[in-house]
Amino acid sequence: MIHSLFMINSAGDIFMEKHWKSVISRSVCDYFFEEQQKANSPEDVNPVISTPHHYLIHIYRENIYFVAVCTTEVPPLFVIEFLHRVVDTFTDYFGDGGESAIKDNYVIVYELLEEMLDNGFPLATESNILKELIKPPNILRTVVNTVTGSSNLADTLPTGQLSNVPWRRAGVKYTNNEAYFDVIEEIDAIIDKQGSTVFADIQGVIDCCVKLSGMPDLTLSFMNPRILDDVSFHPCVRFKRWEAERVLSFVPPDGNFRLISYHVGSQNMVAIPVYVKPNISFREGGGRFDVTVGPKQTMGKMVESVVITCAMPKVVLNMNLTPTQGTYTFDPVAKVLTWDVGKINPQKLPNLRGNISLQSGSPPPESNPAISVQFKIQQMAVSGLKVNRLDMYGEVSKSSPKKSFTFEKYKPFKGVKYLTKAGNFQVRT
Amino acid sequence: MTDSKYFTTTKKGEIFELKNELNSDKKEKKKEAVKKVIASMTVGKDVSALFPDVVNCMQTDNLELKKLVYLYLMNYAKSQPDMAIMAVNTFVKDCEDTNPLIRALAVRTMGCIRVDKITEYLCEPLRKCLKDEDPYVRKTAAVCVAKLHDINAQLVEDQGFLDQLRELLSDSNPMVVANAVAALSEISDTSPSPAAQMEMNQQTINKLLAALNECTEWGQIFILDALSNYVPKDDREAQSICERVTPRLAHSNAGVVLSAVKVLMKGMEYVGMESEFVTTLQKKLAPPLVTLLSSEPEVQYVALRNINLIVQKRPDILKHEMKVFFVKYNDPIYVKLEKLDIMIRLATQENIAQVLAELKEYATEVDVDFVRKSVRAIGRCAIKVEQAAERCVSTLLDLIQTKVNYVVQEAIVVIKDIFRKYPNKYESIISTLCENLESLDEPDARASMIWIVGEYAERIDNADELLESFLEGFHDESTQVQLQLLTAIVKLFLKKPTETQELVQQVLSLATQDSDNPDLRDRGYIYWRLLSTDPAAAKEVVLAEKPLISSETDRLEPTLLDELICYIASLASVYHKPPSAFVEGQALVVRKTQLPVRSASGEPGATGATESPVPQQAQPVQQQQSVIPSHDTAMGDLLGDLLSMDLNPPQQQMSMTPAPQQDMGGMDLLGGGLDSLLGGPSPVAGMPASQASMGGGLGDILGLGISSTTYVPPKQVWLPAPKAKGLEVSGTFSIRQNVRYMDLTLKNNAMAPMGDFAIQFNKNSFGLSPASALQVPSPLSPGQTADVTLPLGTNGPVQKMDPLMNLQVAMKNNIDVFYFSCLIPIHLLFTEDGQMGSASDRKVFLATWKDIPDSNEVQKEIANPNQLDPKGISDKLQQSFIFTIAQRNVDGRDMLYQSLKLTNGIWVLAELKIQPRSPTMTLSLKTRALDVIPQVQQAYELIIANM
Repeated sequence: MIHSLFMINSAGDIFMEKHWKSVISRSVCDYFFEEQQKANSPEDVNPVISTPHHYLIHIYRENIYFVAVCTTEVPPLFVIEFLHRVVDTFTDYFGDGGESAIKDNYVIVYELLEEMLDNGFPLATESNILKELIKPPNILRTVVNTVTGSSNLADTLPTGQLSNVPWRRAGVKYTNNEAYFDVIEEIDAIIDKQGSTVFADIQGVIDCCVKLSGMPDLTLSFMNPRILDDVSFHPCVRFKRWEAERVLSFVPPDGNFRLISYHVGSQNMVAIPVYVKPNISFREGGGRFDVTVGPKQTMGKMVESVVITCAMPKVVLNMNLTPTQGTYTFDPVAKVLTWDVGKINPQKLPNLRGNISLQSGSPPPESNPAISVQFKIQQMAVSGLKVNRLDMYGEVSKSSPKKSFTFEKYKPFKGVKYLTKAGNFQVRT
Repeated sequence: MTDSKYFTTTKKGEIFELKNELNSDKKEKKKEAVKKVIASMTVGKDVSALFPDVVNCMQTDNLELKKLVYLYLMNYAKSQPDMAIMAVNTFVKDCEDTNPLIRALAVRTMGCIRVDKITEYLCEPLRKCLKDEDPYVRKTAAVCVAKLHDINAQLVEDQGFLDQLRELLSDSNPMVVANAVAALSEISDTSPSPAAQMEMNQQTINKLLAALNECTEWGQIFILDALSNYVPKDDREAQSICERVTPRLAHSNAGVVLSAVKVLMKGMEYVGMESEFVTTLQKKLAPPLVTLLSSEPEVQYVALRNINLIVQKRPDILKHEMKVFFVKYNDPIYVKLEKLDIMIRLATQENIAQVLAELKEYATEVDVDFVRKSVRAIGRCAIKVEQAAERCVSTLLDLIQTKVNYVVQEAIVVIKDIFRKYPNKYESIISTLCENLESLDEPDARASMIWIVGEYAERIDNADELLESFLEGFHDESTQVQLQLLTAIVKLFLKKPTETQELVQQVLSLATQDSDNPDLRDRGYIYWRLLSTDPAAAKEVVLAEKPLISSETDRLEPTLLDELICYIASLASVYHKPPSAFVEGQALVVRKTQLPVRSASGEPGATGATESPVPQQAQPVQQQQSVIPSHDTAMGDLLGDLLSMDLNPPQQQMSMTPAPQQDMGGMDLLGGGLDSLLGGPSPVAGMPASQASMGGGLGDILGLGISSTTYVPPKQVWLPAPKAKGLEVSGTFSIRQNVRYMDLTLKNNAMAPMGDFAIQFNKNSFGLSPASALQVPSPLSPGQTADVTLPLGTNGPVQKMDPLMNLQVAMKNNIDVFYFSCLIPIHLLFTEDGQMGSASDRKVFLATWKDIPDSNEVQKEIANPNQLDPKGISDKLQQSFIFTIAQRNVDGRDMLYQSLKLTNGIWVLAELKIQPRSPTMTLSLKTRALDVIPQVQQAYELIIANM
């Protein structure tokens, strides 16, 4: 299982280490550094490295390498998923999982790691259980703690860890009950030079914010559940009911969580909401750049927050462009062009054109750069998925706590929001 | 205010200051001090000097303080073992606390203190905690057993913790079950002792499956991994396991998904091949695998490595999902390369157009490694999908037109392979290739280009000029290019002898006189002599037809693939190597992870029929040891025997063998040269043929030299290839000239050559043992078969076996040691002095017959299918050393009285009643050792039926 964890920043400093069994010397990271040297960019380091005595499995997030050291044969995905969970937890606790946040909260980080893994076996990884054990820092609490001498650590048994619904803590109480569902779909696509789709699919998620008292039991049904044939559920979803009736029935965790993620495969037709008309050419010493963006299949909705980025070849020295709307920047070090377009007005299509200057003496690049596009469309799920209804039942104690629990229909605020955005949306030029 | 304040002090007396604060009366100050200590510890500062002061803070009601002190203890107890004992009492007390959180915390921390002295004190509290009423404590205690095992394995076994752990497998709480599984599998991974192994039976499996639905995602991974090690007893059980595991495919944790895929992939092997169940299951496997590819790049990488295996094993699963493997420009390089590999595996005639368009796109990317691999991929597509070869070649030509240096070089390397796969088809493009001659600066590309020029010298007008231009800088070239150039010019000379005489002499002298590379010199000399002695032969050798290259050279060996399928989701699947190849094996236990044996061919698909899966148990370690006491001594013996081997066979063979050997030597040199010249996949392709024929020849000589007298049963497969990493052994036994032989046929079904063969027998009923070392032509290259005879002695160690004639054999080669068993036909053990008394003196026989009690007489009807007459039968039997003592005719029936003797001195007397023109006869056997009777009866039947 997981033996040790090293956190390494972009400068190559090991700024944090944690050992769950015996201590493994930092020198084991030399194998990692060796591998890092070979990589062209920070993301390109192979995530599974074998050394004579250990296996190093790492993830790269927030500009930090989280390097786990194992000594025995372990499922690598178990380690990778766990590391991601660790970073998620940091982000959850400190607002972001970056180096400074970790350094500022050293003791909490150490306590968290101690609680999350015991002898290399995962112990408590659910955010709500951890929060019961170790209170997240906030300014008010720090002030109170210093005044009263109380601590961040709770003196209770993490009850959730034992129940059949470990994701939910007991005794939740809200004055305003509410449940919001966000259906978010991302389009991953590769569009070729001619504008035809090489590959497109949709990654969808339903993120929820559920603040309900007691032990609510929810049922979410869809108008067209047939779209969802490749799904992965939060553990709270009852799989049997889904198989039989195609409804999502679950006791939700408290607060924010991801109920389901789904994938609409490349077999189905995917509506591509924007098009990009690029016209990039290079010649000796310079070149022309001319890109137009326009809406395609948007079902009448506005395309917003359009951002176009283009990683130019290394020989590009600078770019002198004029946008018809929005602003553009060119980073001459990373050679990345970013054009923040904003909304697309179908009557007046945004366009960015101008000259490229190349390093003198170097030959024009062989190939044109790929363009990646970001956009958002509110109130539309591109797959066509629609929520039909949401039913809530739950044990809510009546006015007198002595009385027995009864099943009662909630009368909370509820709402569903749809959003389509670009995932990994690339246009080849 | 943040924790960074704890790091700010770097004044001189820091430790001293902390010491003061730790001993302060104020709780608050104490806690702050401990926090500072912990902070120093986390960045690697040595604060072990504060040990006694920190331990003093341990006895507190403040949970946070307690936890912090525990953290400190875990880190430093090892360096201060004597001090650590001070803490023991508090631990023991905490283990009895009313708060289960504190109990669990105490037992957890105790396990992390890796000090031998403390472990003894740990046992009692741990025992209690394993039976604690609170599941939280139980589940923590389960992990603690694994920790303790890591520190002191013997103690854990002696104290019976393993049994307690096994009991927890049926705990009512799924989390406890999951932790018990995790602890047990870690223990069994590291411990060689059989006591530590996790036994899986139907009952535990059912409990695990029940717990699977309710435990945490991590617990599910552990349980699924444990499930995958279980061998279902029949296909119904396999099917029900698969059904209950399938819902896990929809889990959001990628680890759970892939572990579930492993269980299902293995489960499918136990369910019939053609069954509808497998078809539907395969359909269900595709979406979750595709979904993994939209996760984080690290997850994608592991998923892709596994998909690579899955696609090779069951190509149907993802055949429609080609598009998800298309590369995005911002994928990390390790993901790109893996995707490319899978794209080629999935390429078929239907989707090749799409694939080629993509590959061409990739070939214009920035990353050089990726571009090269893309170009290579186009070549692989051409070789794999014949219909697309033309398209691929034109794509490659397009790429060559770009004149991007590394693209051109890579393209030329792959075009060489295409020429080899489809000879005489695309030579029209040679002129285009020749245009780029100057730009080639990499040895691979240069060598490939030279090969092309040499191979097609007759079609290239200025081939001699081209080669001559290379020759100018001969000494600066790498060996690879030099060798290639030498061969190419010799080829050219053989094709156009008139114009190129000077050139060939120049290159031969460069290679033989001016070079200090032995390979080059040797090859130069061989060509020189060939050319000077027999140009016709040279032509035949140098311009020999080349074997075609196979389309899927990069495929994993089927046996290795089967093994790796068992390790899906593990590190082995990422490395594509079995764990034995990289896990540090202090005590690597052979896990019972094998796929059921299908027919010897090992090809999935090839066997339509459902075979009942044979549960495979790995050979117990003890048995291995009794077969081969130790590798080294066994090898020593075998080597020793090798020397005496030559003395055993009759003289005539001695004189025969040198000739073929010499011949082989000659062939070898040429073959080797030829082959490296062709750059073919197998470096020894030339040699094996000659060796095989030699082996066969030797066998023939042996067989002919002594007319085979005894009955020889046909060869049977004793060791199927899938069980022995590709080695297939079949064999039989025979007697020639009073020497007993084991005749073996070894076939190499693997993809790598095998060598270093040796053989050992286990103790057996008749003391059979190899009389000399096993002589196998080595190396035995892939696809090659070798016939081997092994003379046997009968003076080996004796142990009665059950069945009586069972012989357990261990065979070793450079890959591994394999075990199999076979039955010795009893007539192998009949001796030539089996005639009791003599033909004239029958008294001995009669006396012995009477002497053996009648209860020892067994009668049986045996068949006489050829209706032989008594004379014929008696002659036949005599050849197998069953001697007729007397013959009588009673009431029209012939009675034969016969005797035989086994190598260990057992006499068997027989009376054979033969009815003329009847298809059966009556055999009565009398002996003091009744055990052998069934075998002797069988031997009679066999000999008579096969004469």
